[in-house]
Amino acid sequence: MIESFLSLFLTAVFVENMALAFFLGMCTFLAVSKTVEMALGLGLAVITVLTLTVPVNNLIYKYILQEDALAWAGITGIDLSFLGLICYIGVIAAMVQILEMTLDKFFPALYNALGIFLPLITVNCAILGSVLLMVERDYNFAESVVFGFGSGFGWAIAIVGLAGIREKLKYSDIPPGLRGLGITFITVGLMSLAFMAFSGIQL
Amino acid sequence: MAEKPSKVLIDPFFNSNPVALQVLGICSALAITSKLETVFVMAVAVTAVNGLSNASVSLIRNHIPNSIRIIVQMTIIASLVIVVDQVLKAYSYEISKQLSIFVGLIITNCIIMGRAEAFAMKEPVGLSFLDGIGNGLGYSLILVVVGIIRELFGSGRLLGNVILPLSTEGGWYVSNGLLLLPPSAFFIIGLYIWVLRTWKRDQMEEN
Repeated sequence: MIESFLSLFLTAVFVENMALAFFLGMCTFLAVSKTVEMALGLGLAVITVLTLTVPVNNLIYKYILQEDALAWAGITGIDLSFLGLICYIGVIAAMVQILEMTLDKFFPALYNALGIFLPLITVNCAILGSVLLMVERDYNFAESVVFGFGSGFGWAIAIVGLAGIREKLKYSDIPPGLRGLGITFITVGLMSLAFMAFSGIQL
Repeated sequence: MAEKPSKVLIDPFFNSNPVALQVLGICSALAITSKLETVFVMAVAVTAVNGLSNASVSLIRNHIPNSIRIIVQMTIIASLVIVVDQVLKAYSYEISKQLSIFVGLIITNCIIMGRAEAFAMKEPVGLSFLDGIGNGLGYSLILVVVGIIRELFGSGRLLGNVILPLSTEGGWYVSNGLLLLPPSAFFIIGLYIWVLRTWKRDQMEEN
């Protein structure tokens, strides 16, 4: 039991890294990776939101949307899965909002550190992408917790790594047209090539 | 504010390209470009959703309370994407399988959200629609360029037709396997930006 969770976690972090293997959450990944400090804040926010939203959406899918999922309420023969997308995004937006308000009220210090990143997270495709992958792979509740945390963790590692490289890049002599976005793309390409070394590993 | 409709439509191609300058909508640009066929489907889907969502957001822009505008925009976009998803499932199931979660991810494609927020909330319906279509096409342009390079040099085909006969199949072309791997999309877009910025010098960044 523990082993299967551990392998699910490691797979989500390294083999199927959200940013570098699936290319999800790229917009924020490229835009907010200028300094390690900011990357760390955003990474933490993503981990938190993913660990919360993936399991919640898992419950919604299992008990409301899936075919015959309403059997517990005595209703059968209804398949609401076409409403999936709108529900997931609603849950994500709501969770981000709740998280923002909770942090603001009880953990002001943390709120000041993460606050500006939270609204960005609603439109971070890593979140919706993980939810959709969870649905596609039919994880149970416990697995979805591990998967959510793992994929958030992997994304955070990737963005902190990229921010570290970009901080050093400031001192290098890059051709004018390639500065900024161009070189960042190529850096991410190289990082993702490195992460491909993990692909195909079966845990 | 009174911008010319043609300018609104054409600008996103090169002058303010959503992928190359605004850093929007990168995720799908990378993951689905290894084949030209999926690229076309994705491009059409994004352009349609972008145009329609911009028009709908702009239509009700004066009635949306500011504090919940993100959720309203999300709902409009999500509904449109569900329509696209269902149409794809009904008429081209194979492609919809290949695109898998990326159809759903059109919702969080920041181009659509970004344009709704930055343009459609301020401008009238017609212009917003054009802006949506223009940005969708600008995005499609990059996708098609990357898709052509990857499919032609990666597997010697275009839209499934053999252009460069592979040496493994008795032809002369030794394929470049790297181009079929996802990271190559980063290199191609990176180099594309380099070319674009050498041409349009005002887009260069310090740093």
